[in-house]
Amino acid sequence: MTLLDVDCVTKHFGGLTAVSRFSLSVAPGEMVGLIGPNGAGKTTVFHLLSGFHTPTEGDIRFKGVSVVGVKPHAICRRGLARTFQIVQPFMNLSVLDNVMIGAFNRAAEVAAARRRAVDVLDFVGLGARRDVPARELTLPDRKRLEMARALATQPEMLLLDEVMSGLNPTEIDEIIRLIRQIHAQGVSLLIIEHVMRAIMALSQRIVVLHHGEQIAEGRPQVVARDPKVIEAYLGDET
Amino acid sequence: MAAEALGGLALGALLVVPPFLPPYFLEVLISVMLFGYLGAAWNILGGYAGQFSFGHAAYFGIGAYTSTLLFLRFGVTPWLGMLAGGVLAAAFGLGAGYLSFRYGLRGPYFSLVTLAFAEMLRVITVNTKAVGSSLGLVIPNREAAPANFVFAGKLAYYYVILAMVLAAVWITWRVARSKLGYALLAIRENEDAAEASGVDVLGMKLRAMAISSLLTAFGGTFYAQYFAYIDPTITFGPSVSIQGLLQAIVGGAGTVLGPLVGAFVLTPVSELSRAAIRGRAGVDVMLYGLVLILVISFLPKGVMGWVSRWR
Amino acid sequence: MTADLLLQGIVSGLLLGGVYGLVACGLSLIFGVLRIINFAHGAVMMLAMYTTYWLFALCGIDPYLSILITAPLFFLVGMLIQRTVIEPNRFAAEHNQLLLTLGLALFLENLALVLWQGYFRTVRPTYAGASFMVGEALVEVPRLAACGAAIVLAVVLFAFLRTTDMGKAIRAVSEEPEGAMLMGIDIGRIRAVAFGIGSACVAVAGALVTPFFYVAPDVGESFNLMAFVVVVLGGMGNFVGALFGGFIVGLAESLGATLLPGSLKQLIVFALFVLVLLLRPAGLFGGGRGR
Repeated sequence: MTLLDVDCVTKHFGGLTAVSRFSLSVAPGEMVGLIGPNGAGKTTVFHLLSGFHTPTEGDIRFKGVSVVGVKPHAICRRGLARTFQIVQPFMNLSVLDNVMIGAFNRAAEVAAARRRAVDVLDFVGLGARRDVPARELTLPDRKRLEMARALATQPEMLLLDEVMSGLNPTEIDEIIRLIRQIHAQGVSLLIIEHVMRAIMALSQRIVVLHHGEQIAEGRPQVVARDPKVIEAYLGDET
Repeated sequence: MAAEALGGLALGALLVVPPFLPPYFLEVLISVMLFGYLGAAWNILGGYAGQFSFGHAAYFGIGAYTSTLLFLRFGVTPWLGMLAGGVLAAAFGLGAGYLSFRYGLRGPYFSLVTLAFAEMLRVITVNTKAVGSSLGLVIPNREAAPANFVFAGKLAYYYVILAMVLAAVWITWRVARSKLGYALLAIRENEDAAEASGVDVLGMKLRAMAISSLLTAFGGTFYAQYFAYIDPTITFGPSVSIQGLLQAIVGGAGTVLGPLVGAFVLTPVSELSRAAIRGRAGVDVMLYGLVLILVISFLPKGVMGWVSRWR
Repeated sequence: MTADLLLQGIVSGLLLGGVYGLVACGLSLIFGVLRIINFAHGAVMMLAMYTTYWLFALCGIDPYLSILITAPLFFLVGMLIQRTVIEPNRFAAEHNQLLLTLGLALFLENLALVLWQGYFRTVRPTYAGASFMVGEALVEVPRLAACGAAIVLAVVLFAFLRTTDMGKAIRAVSEEPEGAMLMGIDIGRIRAVAFGIGSACVAVAGALVTPFFYVAPDVGESFNLMAFVVVVLGGMGNFVGALFGGFIVGLAESLGATLLPGSLKQLIVFALFVLVLLLRPAGLFGGGRGR
């Protein structure tokens, strides 16, 4: 059974078509990359999957049940979590409190949430900084925090939106390692990324979006050589 | 450890000292408690959930008028009337809150719409003879009748409002340490991130609104019983709304003790200014405005926020 | 409701609506550039009304002529307020900035109460009672003058924003602050100027209404609330919308007064306000910021 089923989804914003007849399936345990030039509609797809936008046409099914019209928090409850392209920490709360908010997705009590949050923080490498206010974190740490908070919700599938942006090569390697560890824990992943080596290294399969439409899909090496894909990236560099 | 000792001492003083206070000071202390109470009630929605209501007078007025009308017209004891007022206010708050939150009103727009709701209630009350219109309602017969929430001296009223304040502080403390408290803080910080992390933003806001409006309404009943007179401007007017939020902001919004501390700071300012410049109404509120500007500019997290930097 | 009452309601509503529009234009401008809802707007109007009163009572200066003094004076007052109170806190949280203007409003309104006490004063120039009939409707000359002047001023302001360099700079900052900064525009100065112009607008509105409105410390409050309603109706930051919104609100209030007894007319305005906030927060004419 597929975990995520995006069925011919279209999204109009007034006169603008952001996403057009987009389909995608993700099986449990897969790590899929979503790439495309700027403005291709990738983040819009994430907004649609996580419930922040509603498709104009088409259906989205998670674990076999439609999530169209379902509120974002309810989708998170069902096991689909996401990060944001521009990180959105709870600035005035501590690192631990930030992650506890995510942990409450499953935990009913403070103590249980705290335990889960501590575990997740150790897992992502922020354990030592748990009492630091989020506003005092560096960007790489904020990215880890964002991922930790999403992981604390105990998702079956995680949507990562450009977690590498703004990071230097060493930091990128660390995040690649972390994502692999997350995957090893059984979490399925759909990753938007511009850093090519990261997406090539991580993805089992890549989907390419351009002007809201899917123009290619397949193994990383195959997609990288696809003339349509090259055209899309080069064509947009004029 | 020092903080707990200080707190215990303060609590002890609040319990034991008042019988020995001269009448004027007792009155001022009652005002402090009432304002602190209203601030604590506002704080749950405003300080913790970050939804700055400028119209909490709506719930205060509903509480005051409900218990008073039930008492005057049907002889229902205000103790029960208080509960009725609270339930009514909570229902109104949930309704207004649901409309506002469901339609995505945030920040200043939420503030404005709450102000509008309170004003609407005031205008309706002014124009409704059955509830006394602008003449208001008087609670006659000040003979002691504790069963009817009427006491002989001010001391009893003091202990009632003290109990209410302690209850409000306790409720705030419990909420802050609970799942609801964490959810509210997340909502305050970043609603979208909270929603994406599994927080039912609408549901949590409504919960905060229910608690906040319920508590505020109880304060309205107390006011009615203590002062024995209410009218639309006193109960539904903007000054009540502002008083509540002022205590919380100055003392520290989003902290357990903030509103009470704020009341202890602001009420003396008000009393001293009125004593210093006699016969000129408005000195105290003028200073409130100044204090608000200064607090926002230099102590945006209020007194408790400043204190916590030293701990 | 008879046709006569209806006509009177329409006339009165439109006349006062023009003034509401001017007040709202100032508020809208301030919001567009500074992104704050200025709770102290009504208080500035009240201060201008007192200034007009004192100029009239002490120096015999006609309220309309005194605008030549009041407008630049309150332009400067507005700039001063912005520089000293608002600008230092421009990075504060949105709700804190709102509280700042609330604090300012409380301070100014009660300063007036302390200084000049609460009783009503009036400015009664010789033409205060002048009026004429349009069909069965009574048109009071001062109200007509106020409405006319308000419209003229709004149009002048509109032209200023469209044609002058300063006006274009203001519009640039309100639409795209970072871009404006990159173009070398002094954002801080624009913000002060915008607040000054907004204050001058509401000050002129205050002067214009003194012949037919009482002067007291709380008079600004009702105009404040009306201005919020108008700005939300017209679209926050939408200038033209503010003027038209003013007419709509004026009409709603006035027609409400013919339909409902007492002060219930305010309900109509508030109900309109709530409905617009809930259903069309970008304003009836759109173009405004949403919630």
